[in-house]
Formats: sequence, structure tokens, C-alpha cells
Amino acid sequence: MTAQEESETARQTPEPPAVIRAEHISKRFGAVEALKDVNLHVRRGEILGLIGDNGAGKSTLIKTLTGFHQPDRGRLLFDGTPTVLRSVVHARSLGIDTVFQDLAMINDLPVYLNLFLNRELTHGPLPFLRRSEMRRRAREALDSIGISIPSVDTEVGRLSGGQRQAIAVARSVYADSTRLLLLDEPLAAMGAKEGGQILRLLRRLKERRDIAIILIAHNYAQIVDICDRVNLLQHGEITLDRPTGETSVSELLELVHAEYSVD
Amino acid sequence: MDSRLDARKVAAAVGRGLVRRRELSIFVVCVAAAVYFAITGSGFTTTENYHTIAQYVAPWIIIAAGEVMLLICGQIDLSAGFVFTLAPFLLTSFTGDGLPLLLALVCAVAVSGLVGVVNGLIHTLFNVASFIVTLGMAFFLEGMSLIASNAQPEAAPTGGWVARAFGQAHWAELIWALVIVAAMQILLSTTRFGVNTQAVGSNPVGAAEAGIRINRIKIVNFALCSALAGFGGILDGIRVGSFDPTNGGNETMFLAVASAVIGGTALMGGSGTIIGALLGALLLGIVYDGFNLTGVNANAFDVVLGIAIIAAMLLNVYLGMLRRKADR
Repeated sequence: MTAQEESETARQTPEPPAVIRAEHISKRFGAVEALKDVNLHVRRGEILGLIGDNGAGKSTLIKTLTGFHQPDRGRLLFDGTPTVLRSVVHARSLGIDTVFQDLAMINDLPVYLNLFLNRELTHGPLPFLRRSEMRRRAREALDSIGISIPSVDTEVGRLSGGQRQAIAVARSVYADSTRLLLLDEPLAAMGAKEGGQILRLLRRLKERRDIAIILIAHNYAQIVDICDRVNLLQHGEITLDRPTGETSVSELLELVHAEYSVD
Repeated sequence: MDSRLDARKVAAAVGRGLVRRRELSIFVVCVAAAVYFAITGSGFTTTENYHTIAQYVAPWIIIAAGEVMLLICGQIDLSAGFVFTLAPFLLTSFTGDGLPLLLALVCAVAVSGLVGVVNGLIHTLFNVASFIVTLGMAFFLEGMSLIASNAQPEAAPTGGWVARAFGQAHWAELIWALVIVAAMQILLSTTRFGVNTQAVGSNPVGAAEAGIRINRIKIVNFALCSALAGFGGILDGIRVGSFDPTNGGNETMFLAVASAVIGGTALMGGSGTIIGALLGALLLGIVYDGFNLTGVNANAFDVVLGIAIIAAMLLNVYLGMLRRKADR
């Protein structure tokens, strides 16, 4: 099915429209073709799981969907409109937000300033910070997820990996008008208890039905557990697109590892 | 019983403050050094001597205010000392062209700032370490200063309110230094630009992913540092009454960086304060002046300076460990 046919069928079905749709995206870094011909979409209220081996192009794809990289070929449709994401700031202004693998946390800054990183509240047109207001809102945001942190004034560098991850997720979720949230390995640095909290948070977000989520994870059990659909990225191409109800952990494992089979 | 409890509480609070606020520990050392020299040296506690100390420290403070911002965003400017040297000769070339003194001063500071823009552009566009870029720029500017001055001192402008306000008046240089410290500390700790500067130094990749324009932040800080160094050079020249191509240079720059480091600024970026650098400069000034008064060989100052820098770094590491423990 071509992309055009696919988008036509999407129009005919009563399902909510895709918040973002990537069509024939390719991206090359020198000799390395990180993305070849990627077609992908995610709808409002849907969690899409993105899996693939290391080096398959997952991070490049995420960075292309968030305006960090511009694709060499292909196009992005945001709410059905062809859109060129000029920068991360531009993507954010449209409501596209990311939790990056390396967390993009500033260790020397306190929790509340990390939550408001590069969207600090200021006094109207003046560039002066509204620290007490940011502290208050940060406290509220963290309380509502049930993340326990001694103080929003604590420097992030002194927190545990799980606490840092939780703050990274909170930062993306509580950005004012997030419509598409991308999470790159959000559970990698977490213990079971903290990981469970994040999964519960994602489920709550899904129930709100106003936000689309793309989740990258290596733990396929979590993918099958929480995602509606799963896409497999191999060598810069999506080679599988299937509802999680129609697949299983063992099948996903088999697909990812098949190409390295010794038989 | 109660008073003893209170004393213990106060001591604990002071201890916590010393650990949490690095500036406070430098301040305590400053006071201790001042008390020591007030007791052992004659003439330390005179207005005239305070003025002498102010003359020592004002250039260091002004350059350090810019260096702290650069160090916080993970960079350094080794050329600032020679911007300090060159700027007075830029001023005389503008006044020589017939510009009024105030306008010439603004132009000289603007050209100084452009030196920083060039430093920043070379660093960001070609990804050359700022240490190397500004090292090259330092030699370049040293040569330019000697060429512009024919290696001869020139008389500084005198008379008129502009010359008085910008160095000639008693304490003018120190007052400017304090105004600059206040303005730069406000910029660092109360504005988005300050927070972003910290973010760039602490985690450049993360800052970029959050959409912070890290190159722009760096270039602005290079420009600020150079502009301040140029302004400091002009103030100092007007105060002395002569523009000297051997004034400033590496020694002034390194003392400014030493002030920043003693004041708690991390050389690896991410943290530091302008007020800390002010106190660091003050400590160096008190020791330098105290040695002169007590007749200690001036060469011994460098010995103390060396020890002070290393001790300050060790103290920073130690306090950092204490703070981490205190949080657990």
C-alpha cells in the first residue's frame, strides 16, 4: 500500500487522525544511511512502540520527528498538514516534545529549573525569572505523578537515575500543549518500582486521549503491555507495523534477532 | 542551657552556610587575612591603603566578571588581558579621529567586544578549543598593542566629567567594578540568559536538545568578557593617567581567572558566581597589599597565589563532597 492509499484509507475510517505521519523519510550522515525510507504514523490517544536493534536508526528517527535533524528526503505531516520542523524550538511550539536517551538534564541546575529548561517563566517581556512560581508549579507537577524528591531546589546531579528519568518525563508531559510525546528508552535507568510509576503515568496520559506517544524500549514485555501498536525498525526501514494484540514478546524477539541467527 | 543550645544552633547554621555557599567561606578567609595584616602590618587600616587595594583589585574584578560567565559556559578567554592592554590605544585612535571622549570610549569598548565575537565565532564555527583560539588572539593583540602604541606610553585624557567618571575620580574604578559585579550577577542568577549559560556549560548536548542556542550563548559571553576587559583597561589607564602597552597582559588575565577560581567557579563549567570572583580578587588584593606593607618580598606573593589557587580547588572539591553527604 502506498502512502497515498494509506492516508486515503485513514480518511475513510472514523479513527482519530494521525498527529504525526512520516512519509518516505531518509537521512544520511556521510557514508552512513541512518534512515532509508521510513513511513510511520501515530494517532491521538495512541501509544506506538518503536523497537529495533542498536544502530537501526531509532534515535535518528526520533530526532527527525522532533526537529533536531532535517530529513534529506521525504516529508512530515503534522495534523495532516505537510510541515517542515525547522528546529527543536519550532517542534516544541507545535506541541512535539521529547524525553531523550541522555535525558538532557542539566546536573548543575535545580530540579525546578530543569523542568522549565529553555521555557523558563519570566515577568512578561522582561527576561527576569519567576523562580517562586516555577518552584510551585514544579512541586505540583511532581506531586501529581507521585515522584518523591526531597526538594525542587535539589541539583539534579545529586538525584538517582530513576528520579532524573521521572523529572525528564514530567518535563515533557507538563509542557503546556504537548500533542506528541516521544520517549527514548525512558525505563532504561529505572528500578522496577520507579519503572512501574512511569508506565502508570503513560497509561494515565493515554486515557486522556489527547496526546500521541511514541515509546522506544528494549523491554518488549513493556511494549506489548502498554503500547497499542508496534513498529520494528531495521537498517533504517520500518519492517513491521502491527497492533500489539496481534503479536507477542517471543515473536518480536524472534524478528529482531532473526537476522543474526547462526543457523 | 538555652543560650548554649542557641550557640550550638547558630554554629551549626554557620557551618551549613559555609558548606552550601562557597562565597561565604572565601569571605571568612578574606576577613581573616585582613585582620591578620591589620594586626601585624602598620598602615593597613587606613583609607589610603584601602584605596591602594581597590586599585589592585578593580581590574581583576572587572575581567573576572566576564571570565566567570565564560568559565560557567565551559570556555575561557586567555586574550582578555591583552584586550585590557589594547583598548586604551583604540580609545586614543578614536579621539585622534576627532570623536568626543565619551563616544570614543563607547567605540573602543564595542571594538573590544568584537574581539570576543571573533573568538566566539572561531570557536563555534570551526570547533577549535577556546583555550587555543584565545591563546592565539592574546599574542595577536599583544603585537597589535605594541604596533598601535609604537611601544611607547601615551598620556591619558584628563579633565572633563567623562575622564573623571571613567577612572580619574577617586574610587571611580572600584565603583565601576562593583556596578559591573552587581549587573553581571543579576544577569547570571535572575535571567534566562544566565540559566542558559549554566546549562550550556553543564551539559552542552542536553542544552542543545532542549533547544537552547548554545553557540549564540557562547558568543555573547565571549563578547561580554572582551568588552568588560576593554572597559577595564580604559578605566585603569585613565586612573593612572597614562596608557602603557606593558600594562595588563597575561598577568592581569591570570589574576582574574585565579580570582574566579578561588571564588568557587568551576573550570569545567556549570557553576560559579560573580560575587565569588569579587571576593577571590579581594583576597588576592589583601594578601598582595599586606605583603607589601609587612615587607615580605613581592616574589613571595606568587608562591602564596599558587598555593591559594590549589587550596581553593581542593576546598571546592571537599565542599562538594560535604554537600553531597549533607543531601543524603
